[in-house]
Amino acid sequence: MKKEFQIISELIKNNTRVLDVGCGDGTLMKFLKDEKNVDTRGLEISKNNVQSCISKGLSIIEGNAEKDLHQFPDLAFDYVVLSQTLQAFYNPEKVIDDLLRVANNAIVTIPNFGYWKVRVHLFLKGTMPITEALPNEWHNTPNIHMCSIKDFFNFCLKKKIELYQSIALNGEKKSKINKRNINIKNFSSELGIFLIKK
Amino acid sequence: MIAKENIKKIIVNKPLKLDCGKTICDYPLAYETYGKLNEKKDNAILTFHALTGDQFVSGTNPITNKPGWWSHLVGPSKAIDTNKFFVICANVIGGCMGSFGPSNINSKTNKVYGTNFPVITINDMVNAQYNLLEFFKIEKLYSVLGGSMGGMQVLQFVANFPDKTKTAIPIACAASHSAQNIAFNELGRQSIMADSNWKEGNYSNLNLSPDKGLAVARMAAHITYLSKKGLQEKFGRNLQEKDDLNFSFDADFQIESYLRYQGSIFVDRFDANSYLYITRAMDYFDLIKQFKGNLSKAFEKTKTKFFIISFTSDWLYPTSENKEIVIALNSAGANVGFIEITSDKGHDSFLLNVPEFLKTVNNFLESNYK
Repeated sequence: MKKEFQIISELIKNNTRVLDVGCGDGTLMKFLKDEKNVDTRGLEISKNNVQSCISKGLSIIEGNAEKDLHQFPDLAFDYVVLSQTLQAFYNPEKVIDDLLRVANNAIVTIPNFGYWKVRVHLFLKGTMPITEALPNEWHNTPNIHMCSIKDFFNFCLKKKIELYQSIALNGEKKSKINKRNINIKNFSSELGIFLIKK
Repeated sequence: MIAKENIKKIIVNKPLKLDCGKTICDYPLAYETYGKLNEKKDNAILTFHALTGDQFVSGTNPITNKPGWWSHLVGPSKAIDTNKFFVICANVIGGCMGSFGPSNINSKTNKVYGTNFPVITINDMVNAQYNLLEFFKIEKLYSVLGGSMGGMQVLQFVANFPDKTKTAIPIACAASHSAQNIAFNELGRQSIMADSNWKEGNYSNLNLSPDKGLAVARMAAHITYLSKKGLQEKFGRNLQEKDDLNFSFDADFQIESYLRYQGSIFVDRFDANSYLYITRAMDYFDLIKQFKGNLSKAFEKTKTKFFIISFTSDWLYPTSENKEIVIALNSAGANVGFIEITSDKGHDSFLLNVPEFLKTVNNFLESNYK
């Protein structure tokens, strides 16, 4: 399991209820279910991934976070996970509101557009950056609302969303993000992992 | 072929109070089974058939000699593997394949019931079939599943018996029959009743049969089971064994010929009054109303794990109506999964060999069976 998922699962307490939005093939859900006795639900847009989840015995609903989150009642979950998908929504702000409606805690991970390699690519090449975390070209990328981890950090402060845990990930290296080091972390990290609360 | 008298049935001697207020007792319930019930009795799957289906899910139907309606889905090494699972299906009450229905003889009058048969509901059908669990001494089913009216029975079963099945798969159905669906059913019923042979439902006692009315009902219903795209691709404007239009009212077009054929073979296997009763049961189905406007109340107590399946081109029981069930289950905190299968075969998709559908059912049943 990738490092990002390891960190996410460390943030989730045992015996809780978790909704994984955009759960992919269900790797994280399966781990949480088997290792932490978590009651998991997944929402996933790709039919192939839905089948993978069914084969794993997971509870999976085919759907789109922007259209289908409304079906879950308020605070139906302890945690909701949104891994590297926020930037693909038409209205990320509304999605965040909805995440914090259905669960007490939201774990949101952000591919960092402020990462130095991204900056260097744009600075030197003058074309839209392509990295491991952002492999598509500008015309076929699903990512329409790219942001840096600093952008997301500031967004939470502005919206009075509590940043309960802010973690930077660079390769396998994990570190804490705070107000003092945000500029450095925004430069050095590929991924930001945030546990937020209303 | 075997005679209808020889099909398997139990006589239910526990009285059943119907929704219409009448009570029935000592009535026949015809069923069929596939596979073997294991020692732990935890591998039983109760399948519910749709409007014109019957208990012969798999293999060859001994009455019609045609393949069972889900023979591509249920059988040894099929998506529902009868080497592993014990599949049970009963003919619904009100039906005409051996269970208590309007073509039965009323012992008090020695005449065929006809329209003197009590009006039955989906709830009544499910309550009658529940007796099979006691008959087979099954404490808890592994799964209940069915499409269309079969899906309605799945929903009603879990609402009535929240702890009697581990999993449930409602397919291409709705929690409440829509106005459009009631309208189509009414069209079918009026077509039967307009047949001069119907005789207020008393045709059997007069050795008559409202075949034309029943055939037209089937033709109209059949259109609703398909999709515009599917029809266009299969038939287009192709002519039936001719090079040019006939300038008459013969079946010039292939689609006309196809529908006439569907109507004609249907009357050989189905009773017109059963068609009236079963469509009525579907129209009366409103699980939302049963739970006073809150569908999630229907599933409040259940631990059953649901998986709901809809089809993209199904306009009779569209994805939106299937999703209402998903939403209600989520609101009740129940365990639910959902997929919309891509198919241009319309509502009928659930009865056809749609690989993605078979795979879904197989994946769900296999991965949850321990």
